[in-house]
Amino acid sequence: MTEFVEAGASLRSARLRLSAALWRRPWLKLALLLAAPVLVFAVVYLGALVSLFVSAFWQIDSFTAAVVHKWTLDNFKTLWQDHTYWRITGRTIGLAAAVTVTDAVLAFPLAYFMARIAPPRWRALLFVAVLLPLWSSYLVRIYAWRTILAKNGALNWVLNGIGLPDAGLAYTNTAMWIVFSYVWLPFMVLPVYAALERIPENYLEASQDLGAKGSRTLRSVILPLAIPGIVAGSIFTFSLTLGDFITPALVGGAGSSFIGNIVEDKVGQPDIPFAAAFATVPVVVMGIYLLIARRLGAFEAV
Amino acid sequence: MSRFSKRYLAWVAFGLLTGALAVAAAGCGGGGKSSKSTSTSGPSSIGKGEGALNLIEWPYYSDPKFAKKFEQQSGCKIHRKDAGSSNQMVSLMRTGGGGGGGQWDLVSASGDASLRLIRGGDVKPVNINLIPSWNDFIPIFKSPAHNTVDGKHYGVSLQWGPNVLLYNTTKIKPGPTSWEALYDPKYKGKITIPNNPIQIADAAFYLMHSQPDLGIKDPYELNKKQFDATIALLKNQRKLVKLYWNYDTDGRAAFANGDVSLGAIWPVDTLALQAKGVPVKEVIPSVGATGWADTWMLAKKAPHPNCAYLWMKYVTQPQVEAQQALIFGETPVNPKACPFMNKIEAGSCAKYHLNEPLNYYNTIKFWKTPIPDCGNGKNDCMNYNAWQTAWTQVTG
Repeated sequence: MTEFVEAGASLRSARLRLSAALWRRPWLKLALLLAAPVLVFAVVYLGALVSLFVSAFWQIDSFTAAVVHKWTLDNFKTLWQDHTYWRITGRTIGLAAAVTVTDAVLAFPLAYFMARIAPPRWRALLFVAVLLPLWSSYLVRIYAWRTILAKNGALNWVLNGIGLPDAGLAYTNTAMWIVFSYVWLPFMVLPVYAALERIPENYLEASQDLGAKGSRTLRSVILPLAIPGIVAGSIFTFSLTLGDFITPALVGGAGSSFIGNIVEDKVGQPDIPFAAAFATVPVVVMGIYLLIARRLGAFEAV
Repeated sequence: MSRFSKRYLAWVAFGLLTGALAVAAAGCGGGGKSSKSTSTSGPSSIGKGEGALNLIEWPYYSDPKFAKKFEQQSGCKIHRKDAGSSNQMVSLMRTGGGGGGGQWDLVSASGDASLRLIRGGDVKPVNINLIPSWNDFIPIFKSPAHNTVDGKHYGVSLQWGPNVLLYNTTKIKPGPTSWEALYDPKYKGKITIPNNPIQIADAAFYLMHSQPDLGIKDPYELNKKQFDATIALLKNQRKLVKLYWNYDTDGRAAFANGDVSLGAIWPVDTLALQAKGVPVKEVIPSVGATGWADTWMLAKKAPHPNCAYLWMKYVTQPQVEAQQALIFGETPVNPKACPFMNKIEAGSCAKYHLNEPLNYYNTIKFWKTPIPDCGNGKNDCMNYNAWQTAWTQVTG
């Protein structure tokens, strides 16, 4: 019995010594605390990016398709010279921008209603409605859209029912635009909602007291204060579209390839170095986008 | 926090970061593959099964309807990984340092993947004498160019099928009889084509007959001039194409939903669509077609070689070939499967062309990976890399 007490006492004293040592050296405490996450971040995240970037400067043997570890800029040269890749990059960025604008236009009134007009019960219901699609798999929702847009699908059935001709949207870039705008909408609504909700009521009252009408208040008070939220949401919609390859593969048609589709093709070929080289393009585009977003104050909203 | 401790922390973080990056860089630098496959032609006898068999396969290639019996007889438990494309098969075989990564035993590679696997040193020669049914195979499948190099067999042929012209009988009247339909502006926006670089061969095959002055002898062996003419044809075709299907199930869905009514696809899809009541009919034009032939290939680092040999021996038997052919909708390479096919489904042997004379096979041009050496002594043919790049330029 006394042994247990002694063991307990020595354990306690060791713990006290340890905590005293940590108290005397706060940097040690922090280092211990952060070592694991920093290591994971460095290895998993940066390590993957670095290995991606490094292999972009390699090549494959045209005969065996094995990777040759010799430094070369050939992959980037091909990307620069072949206008196929410019076309694909332009299509990817263009559609990402179109989806972002569409989502911003759709999300703003919805978020405004949710944040400032809807009674609490409605607000909860609307939140569920906005988030509901996220409860099901992304793939399922895309396949659902394929069935809706198909020639024998629900959309044409409705159109024909009211005497209109077929929409003919299946396997087109328009189909991709619709599907992307749909799947990423919640990622725009939520940050815009957060931004709108934080606008103090008295700002709006002050605007009215100074004689501004509704539209003027919207333009001069609400919109500027909502911009950081819209920009934050646009980072989601833009980057998610930029990196996607499933939607183009499933609802896109001839001439709908995205950067991601070519990367997937090249990985399967397998030509990892070229895939890596092309994959650096969206990284650069996103870097530029984030710089612009920071200037617009997207990160102050968080 | 004091400024002093902040600086220390920065140093600790910096140290961890550089250390981790060094580890990562070292890790990705060391994955080179050096060995070329020139080993002996496998074992002299099949030993006792190792209890497991890991397959990379086209869906249904180890269907329980015939694989269950194998598992019971051999004690080899099958673990299967379904692949959706030839590229996927090659990348699966290449992961973990190549050669199947010590994980996979066999891959049911089609002709557009098999030479890549051989050249890349991912598969090894097999002792074909250990597979008795091989002696019965239709001659062209004994040592075809897509799985036999320098007299070494890198696996055993299995089944084959043509790439067929499929059309919707209610929407396309009269039905097409020639491959020309796939290049006919009349059908603009109604066509689907496989999204696969090997599809270039289909266009070359069409040009072989429609423009004999180009001098194309083999649609997989194209010199620069022939290749450019083929790509020009394909760039025109792109304007007519509604969908380049990635998986045949996508092409199937486009037919079922009415989005396309004409296209190149496989017999298995014809069967599936007809079973669903979609009014489609397949044609193999009189000049013939391109086709695929599959090979069970032995991974270089196969962990269960005995089970792999037992499986190759098992699936090439006539009864099993017949079963697999009718499950997937393809044609056995073993003609002795004919009566077994008819027993399962009357008339199926003729339906799948297993009873054709040998010269029938001259009309089917089987997939093979294009290489610079095109058999004329000159190395002036376009290689598969050029095919892939051109295909991206056509479809992208």
